[in-house]
Amino acid sequence: MINIKTFAQVREVTQEAGFSLPLEKANSTVADVKVTLRMRAPCWGEALDDGVLCAVNQVLCDDSHPVAEGDEVAFFPPVTGG
Amino acid sequence: MGACITSTPLTITAYHEALQRAVPKAGAIVTFTGQVRDYNQQGPISGIHLEHYPGMTENALTKLVTQAIARFSLLDAHVVHRIGDINNYAPIVWVGTAASHRKAAFDGACYVMDLLKQSVPLWKKEYQGEQGVWVQTKASDDHAAMAWLKESPKGEEK
Repeated sequence: MINIKTFAQVREVTQEAGFSLPLEKANSTVADVKVTLRMRAPCWGEALDDGVLCAVNQVLCDDSHPVAEGDEVAFFPPVTGG
Repeated sequence: MGACITSTPLTITAYHEALQRAVPKAGAIVTFTGQVRDYNQQGPISGIHLEHYPGMTENALTKLVTQAIARFSLLDAHVVHRIGDINNYAPIVWVGTAASHRKAAFDGACYVMDLLKQSVPLWKKEYQGEQGVWVQTKASDDHAAMAWLKESPKGEEK
């Protein structure tokens, strides 16, 4: 299982702040996780569009980054602090 | 060196005095306070809400301050960012940098703010009455951050 977290618009669009998700296969990547999430519900397709960022274990990464059992995978929009 | 997130009002004077006490021999201290504007492009706003990613936000701020200290040879640097509901005109973020000379202190403060707006997981929602709208990233913020990232840090220039 991996732990999915969402923030800001991604949380509001999906109405899911966090949940566990089984890894579909060994040697998964962020791209694989996105495919699984898009199949979860139509709102995930919308949430993952428009340049959404991803962090694995709280480090920003791209779609090719590996995802392993127990990882925390977060999705959120570009940041707007300050 | 310090970086923290708080849901309570910022105490600017206390932060400044703490920085002075930490580096009493500094030749320059520069501070920046970002505050809530009472308008956006659509008109007046009544306040904002700031969301963060617990853990990652604190780590990203700490990394940013550490980088600024190394890059500009700062004697010390601090950043405090507020989260939660914030009224118009209230401080959102405070940055303080201390150095032997003013240019390093100014550059260090600018660097922290420019990179904070691009790399630290914080999200701002502006309220017009009951309706909240998430703030979109600005191209000008990206350009400011990219300018620092393109510029070679001290010591790496040939």
